[in-house]
Amino acid sequence: MVIAFEGVQFQRGDCTVLRDITFQVERGETVALVGRSGAGKSTLLKLINRMLEPCGGRVLVDGRDTRTWHPTALRRQTGYVLQEVGLFPHMTVARNVGLVPTLAGWPTQRVGERIRELLDLVGLPPGEFAARWPDELSGGERQRVGVARALAADPPVVLMDEPFGALDPITRAELHREFGRIQRRVRKTIVLVTHDMREAFALADRIGVLDAGLLVACGPRSALETSTHPTVRTLVESAFN
Amino acid sequence: MISLFQFWSSHASELWALLGQHVALVVVSTAAAVAAGVPIGVIAARRPRVGAPIAAAASVVQTVPSLALFGFLLPLPLVGGVGARTALAALILYALLPIIRTTAAGIRSIDPAILEAADAMGMTSRQRLMGVEFPLALPAIVAGVRVSAVVGVGTVTIAAAIGAGGLGEYIYRGLSMVDATVILAGAVPAAALAMLVDGGLLMIERALSARRRAPGTMRAAFTAATMMAGVAAVALAATPRTERIVVGSKNFTEQVILGELMAQAIERYAGLPVDRRLNLGGTFICDRAIQTGDIDLYVEYSGTALNAVFKRPIQRDSRAVLDEIRERYADSGRSMLMPLGFSNTFAILVRAADARARGLTRLSQLAEHAPKWRAAFGYEFLERPDGFRGLADTYRLRFREQPRVMDLTLVYRALAEGQVDVVAGDATAGLIEALGLSMLEDDRQYFPPYDAVPVVHSATLLRHPEIGRAIGRVSGRVTADTMRRMNYAVDARRLDPAAVVAAFLDELDRGV
Repeated sequence: MVIAFEGVQFQRGDCTVLRDITFQVERGETVALVGRSGAGKSTLLKLINRMLEPCGGRVLVDGRDTRTWHPTALRRQTGYVLQEVGLFPHMTVARNVGLVPTLAGWPTQRVGERIRELLDLVGLPPGEFAARWPDELSGGERQRVGVARALAADPPVVLMDEPFGALDPITRAELHREFGRIQRRVRKTIVLVTHDMREAFALADRIGVLDAGLLVACGPRSALETSTHPTVRTLVESAFN
Repeated sequence: MISLFQFWSSHASELWALLGQHVALVVVSTAAAVAAGVPIGVIAARRPRVGAPIAAAASVVQTVPSLALFGFLLPLPLVGGVGARTALAALILYALLPIIRTTAAGIRSIDPAILEAADAMGMTSRQRLMGVEFPLALPAIVAGVRVSAVVGVGTVTIAAAIGAGGLGEYIYRGLSMVDATVILAGAVPAAALAMLVDGGLLMIERALSARRRAPGTMRAAFTAATMMAGVAAVALAATPRTERIVVGSKNFTEQVILGELMAQAIERYAGLPVDRRLNLGGTFICDRAIQTGDIDLYVEYSGTALNAVFKRPIQRDSRAVLDEIRERYADSGRSMLMPLGFSNTFAILVRAADARARGLTRLSQLAEHAPKWRAAFGYEFLERPDGFRGLADTYRLRFREQPRVMDLTLVYRALAEGQVDVVAGDATAGLIEALGLSMLEDDRQYFPPYDAVPVVHSATLLRHPEIGRAIGRVSGRVTADTMRRMNYAVDARRLDPAAVVAAFLDELDRGV
């Protein structure tokens, strides 16, 4: 599964949010998109699972224009983790995690196995957590459930929008380690949005820097550290303070 | 208090039937309003441009007083007519707004992150609605249902005016008999029912909004709903739809007695089962009902028929009036039977003490005192051409202030208690003597004759000619004096109309 942006432009009303974005994400690669609030990071993410459609250019997933994908089929291929998590408050942890497989028509028993497997994977013992309700969880636990839910139907692509933004530094550091461990095991194609360069360095293979709708840099850590672009410099320096 | 329990225990089976009808009307109308209102609420939440006008229309309906709404609906085909149908239509219209509003608000208030998550998980619009939006909006929807059901319990009591049944029957019966016990017999269970519905639905609402849905709660809510529906079904099944003769009456004591008289005569002499739709809200409603066949028979007054039903100019000659309305009824599917024997003309009443002190016996003497006095009249009397306006012209009456509008059932007591000094009542009212009132003679013959005549839906009379023979046995036998005596027995001595009528028929049968 490869994601490709080809000259993508996006406008909301008169305001141009993204202009001429071109880059690719390889299979099994983790790419972080970094930039200030309003730089267009979340918009870019939503173009991948067709929550939004480009106004110019095209977005390809697995070689196919997203506009030719059926939205439901495309979204079953792309797990999604939000900053606010968006767990369904009227469902237990187990039902939240098992929702997409259930919608996809998996047999009940396999859904149950998958729930246990995923809760184990994200470090929440199923015996203790499966029957809990979202409002009984800490922020970190909720975010782990969010990750488990996104991985439930084993999608090849996972999109993460500020997944650890609302957490305290200690929990965040812990989840960064977990992220690495999980990613080594599941090898997903991951696009991650963050405003924190340190987080991007910790998690991603490559980092794209967005500034006012333009992709001003895209490369591994070493490439960014030698960049002369002022926005990139500011962000890189912030990672060392 | 004791008399209230006595009334309930002596009317136990009727009480349960009325309570059943009441619950049935509320449950059926609320269920229908949920079925229509929730989808409209969803549309209103998603497409404000489509939903807003519908919600606006629903809130306009909400402001129409219920009696007026019944009045609008009565003449309509399909939904109209005397009985439960019109009441249901009105109740559904009333119940819609709260349900539409809370559904829309409940759906709009869902955290956008949750909806984004649902979309991102590839839920279809339908899956999102059923799996996420509905469950999360459910407490709000239940709150709307609660408001609708409680309003419904109250509105159903008013629906008794158009013959829908329910606990309002007792309230109207009590009002027409000026009997607080009978009013309470209907009002207390209606209030208790409203509190029960409110409390029950509030508990469900609380349980639902506690976010964590114990699996039992949904089941409990479902069970409660099923039980309510069960009660309604039993109540509906308990009202058999076999062919019965339906006797109606307007909503004052004499009419209730006459309705009872017609009913018992048919039961006694024709051996047919009878349904009583007594206390219907006025001439207009009774006449509509007899034309459509919703009721088969009621007693009308000749002058009222000529003027209010057929819109013909007033005549003073009793025989000429009877001939004309007999012909007009016959031309329009209704049959007038022989007059019962008395005329219930309007009576202008004053306190007997005032009359004595001023030597007041005739209406032509009233003009002299009127400028110092206040008057109160029933709504019909103020509006009808043979009512107040003509009276004021004929006798040159000017009162101290604009005459007050008052329910017919209240004017006698208002006069006796000195709230007003002149009222228009019925010549046969038992309360005239009971409350020490005095009737002024119509010495310029202003009031037209109001001979009591049974009017029958012609098709019914053709199917059951024995009805005509049965009523014939009481024709001409009910004198003004007899009528006043029966009115007095019910109004002042608090006797049951059915018992009073049975005693009268027993006397007739014995040839007294």
